Amino acid sequence: MQKKINDFVINVATVNGSGSQSANTILIKSLFRMGIPVGGKNIFPSNIMGLPTWFVIRANKNGYTCMKREYDMVVAMNVATVLDDLKSVNPGGVFLYNEDLKVEASLLRKDTLNISVPFRKLVDQATDQLKLKKLLANTIYVGILSHLLDIDYEVLISVIKDQFADKAAVVASNLKAIDVGRAYAAENLTDTLIGDFPLKLEKMNKTQGKILIDGNTAAGLGLVYGGCTFASWYPITPSTSLVESFARYANRYRKDKDGKNTFAIIQAEDELAAICMVLGAGWSGARAMTATSGPGLSLMAEASGLSYYAEIPTVIWDVQRTGPSTGLPTRTQQADVGFAAHLSHGDTEHILLFPATPEECFEFGQTCFDLAEKFQTLVIVMSDIDLGMNLWITDEIKYPTKPFERGKVLREEELKQMPQFLRYQDKDGDGIPYRTLPGTHHPAAGFLTRGSGHNEKAQYTENNVQYQTVLDRIVKKFETAKKHVPKPIIETQVGAKVGIIAFGSTHWPMLEARDILKTQGLATDYLRLRAMPFSPEVHDFIKSHERIYVVEQNRDSQMLKLILMEYPQYATRLISIRNYDGLPLDAVRISEPLLKLEKSS
Amino acid sequence: MSELEAKPVSTNNKLGLAKSDYLGGKSTLCVGCGHDSITNSIISSFHASNISPYDVAKMSGIGCSSKTPGYFLSKASGFNSIHGRMAPVSTGAKVANQKLITLGISGDGDTASIGLGGFVHLMRRNVPMAYLVANNGVYGLTKGQFSATSEKGSRSKAGGSNPFSMIDLCSLALDVGCTFVARSFSGDAKQLVPLISAAVKHNGTALIDIISPCVTYNNHEGSTKSYNFYKDHKVILQELGLILPEQEILADYDPGSTTRVDMPDGSILTLKKLALDHDVTNRWAAQQLVHESNSRGEILTGLLYIDEKSQNFLQTLDLTERPLSELGETETRPSAQVLSDIFKEYR
Repeated sequence: MQKKINDFVINVATVNGSGSQSANTILIKSLFRMGIPVGGKNIFPSNIMGLPTWFVIRANKNGYTCMKREYDMVVAMNVATVLDDLKSVNPGGVFLYNEDLKVEASLLRKDTLNISVPFRKLVDQATDQLKLKKLLANTIYVGILSHLLDIDYEVLISVIKDQFADKAAVVASNLKAIDVGRAYAAENLTDTLIGDFPLKLEKMNKTQGKILIDGNTAAGLGLVYGGCTFASWYPITPSTSLVESFARYANRYRKDKDGKNTFAIIQAEDELAAICMVLGAGWSGARAMTATSGPGLSLMAEASGLSYYAEIPTVIWDVQRTGPSTGLPTRTQQADVGFAAHLSHGDTEHILLFPATPEECFEFGQTCFDLAEKFQTLVIVMSDIDLGMNLWITDEIKYPTKPFERGKVLREEELKQMPQFLRYQDKDGDGIPYRTLPGTHHPAAGFLTRGSGHNEKAQYTENNVQYQTVLDRIVKKFETAKKHVPKPIIETQVGAKVGIIAFGSTHWPMLEARDILKTQGLATDYLRLRAMPFSPEVHDFIKSHERIYVVEQNRDSQMLKLILMEYPQYATRLISIRNYDGLPLDAVRISEPLLKLEKSS
Repeated sequence: MSELEAKPVSTNNKLGLAKSDYLGGKSTLCVGCGHDSITNSIISSFHASNISPYDVAKMSGIGCSSKTPGYFLSKASGFNSIHGRMAPVSTGAKVANQKLITLGISGDGDTASIGLGGFVHLMRRNVPMAYLVANNGVYGLTKGQFSATSEKGSRSKAGGSNPFSMIDLCSLALDVGCTFVARSFSGDAKQLVPLISAAVKHNGTALIDIISPCVTYNNHEGSTKSYNFYKDHKVILQELGLILPEQEILADYDPGSTTRVDMPDGSILTLKKLALDHDVTNRWAAQQLVHESNSRGEILTGLLYIDEKSQNFLQTLDLTERPLSELGETETRPSAQVLSDIFKEYR
């Protein structure tokens, strides 16, 4: 039988809280260091201990590291899901299971290679310490897999040493468990004893100059480099790790010469307070942000309208999870898009950014503040669980050299040169007014910021004309913003008549899906949205294609509808493809429906 | 020189500013509204304390009380935010620019109902700011509903009796660790002016719960927040004085009847005992005093509790000296070397 080399998917099924996370990280990192493109999907429950969890590792020599739901191997460690896990193996694949789960032989499949491993016995060989037994069972399957798949031993050891760098005892116990696993496999799981093992890894050089990182970590780091000085937040999965990343790096690298903090992080009492603290800090002139997820975003609606109308720089990072309501807090979706675009009552719109890679999460750590301060408005960065919490290979991020944009802020010196200062006047014809910061020592500087009706002088007004003047000027500001937000990225193929629009984490399965479509004879052009309001390129792309498939991870075609609101003249060209079951999107869920729709068109 | 010749009296303060420099726009509140008296006391206090209006951030939420930042210190910046959110907005503003002298004005609806969470957590954190509640026990702008600071059994203008127990803001503040707790009356400028001055100088959150009658919806018989009710039930705890650092201490104080509190800027707050013996540095005595006074149906005013030693929120955050709002690339962007070192962890 021909072996699958550097091109397979392993799903490890464990129990939440058993410590499998670090074992799986060791596996994926080992593959990365062997130079093999690899991706990891942590399909975890909203629970601390006891519920089922899966970790899907995909090695792919061609660089497709997004989700793939066809598993070439399953490692079954969880009694609660073992029978379903057995069903999920591809025909011809491997089912490696814990003997202690006592799976009846009659239930095992004939079309899979079934390997039973006595984990309890092996754990007893690895340690006498009761509290370590559960954890080391995971390291033992890493050892077994390393032997079966040919993971480079030196690489594996280096990963373990780095992972537990400052804990010699932990390194020692893990290495012992690895060796127990490897020895067991070498003795008992040879091809002659169990049959041909179909999966193999070989060293490559495809990860050089790259890093393996999740989007939330990259975003937190991007905020450090992007000049974030203020973060207030209320803990919520899956945005928590974003703030934790910012806190971790800020505490290390954002101290002044006296060791004092050049940042403030405030754990707020709720999301209402979190966003209002950001508004206060933005009003004072700080680069301020909050991070949240669906339910928190709902609570931030009122203050978002204040940011829009009083024109205060504000940033929200929304790491989307499934809704509505509490939804599936640990599963992924892009279903906040429609709500976020016009968050709040009244006529509002916001600048949205759609990062698709950890590199972009880092970059938008600065872009979000540049735009918020330039346009004196709310910027919402729309990440999601798949991007934010899963590991991705990304090019090593370049050191940012772009200066911060702080927007039209008038200081004492400038005010002295001006005959008058009107806070909400369109002085430059671009819709963007000038602002002063509190604490400015000039008689013209002070004004009362308010969410109630105001005129160009920032005075309270109920005058219909004055009210509308300000409201219409803000529209102009967003017209200007269209030319300054990150442009979409367009990739074309020769002869393509079909266009595809997608955004965020959909990008990765899209790369694979377009290659699949191409081999099936369908050339496609692809526009990856990176921001709202839409830049002119979006219009041109739609105009120049007969059919445009809008691919997104929500039920209601939210992005398609937003595009439709902007370009109603192209309504008949837009076709929706959606996935919203909470699992990360894979390529076939794009290519198959698209081909079907193409055939019927 | 004859003693009859009047010395030229300067009405300008140390900054050379007249009291008129501290005025704001014309009030649009009802004639006789207690809140306008608070506005006047704020003007007097800031003028007397030699505070530049440019350094002041006037913060408020929504409601009649929250409109008052428009009526004083027009040269200061202000933020009339959204309902119940004055506390978090102020927290952000102050942390982002710690040089701002932050004065918050809120009402009983804004503070004790919709904004209760923010109010409590502001005090827990000890954010340095003065938090004035213009407390009239009623929703004025929506025409007369009971608020959460209305006493059980008090009567509305329409005739109903309030069935719910009252939230006592001072008692709550004492409970959650507020470091400056006072109650006052809008019409008692003699007490309110030094209290506001001390609150602004205080090293943390200073709450002044100011009974401020609503002439339109809560000044009738059966109200416990009316001018008449106050007149008949007031108990004034101390006579307050504030001596600024540059002022000479002229009077001799009897240590038996007068307590002095040293404020962080070198000012001295003097408390001359009137109604009762009370140790303002004893939180539990203050709590007891509030409860006993409430049970007697009194309105007890004065400084109830003060603690100048606790760490404030800016100290907790261990902030760099320059305001966060002023930090740019130089102060905030770590080096390229740091970035490449960080990436070692991700290879």
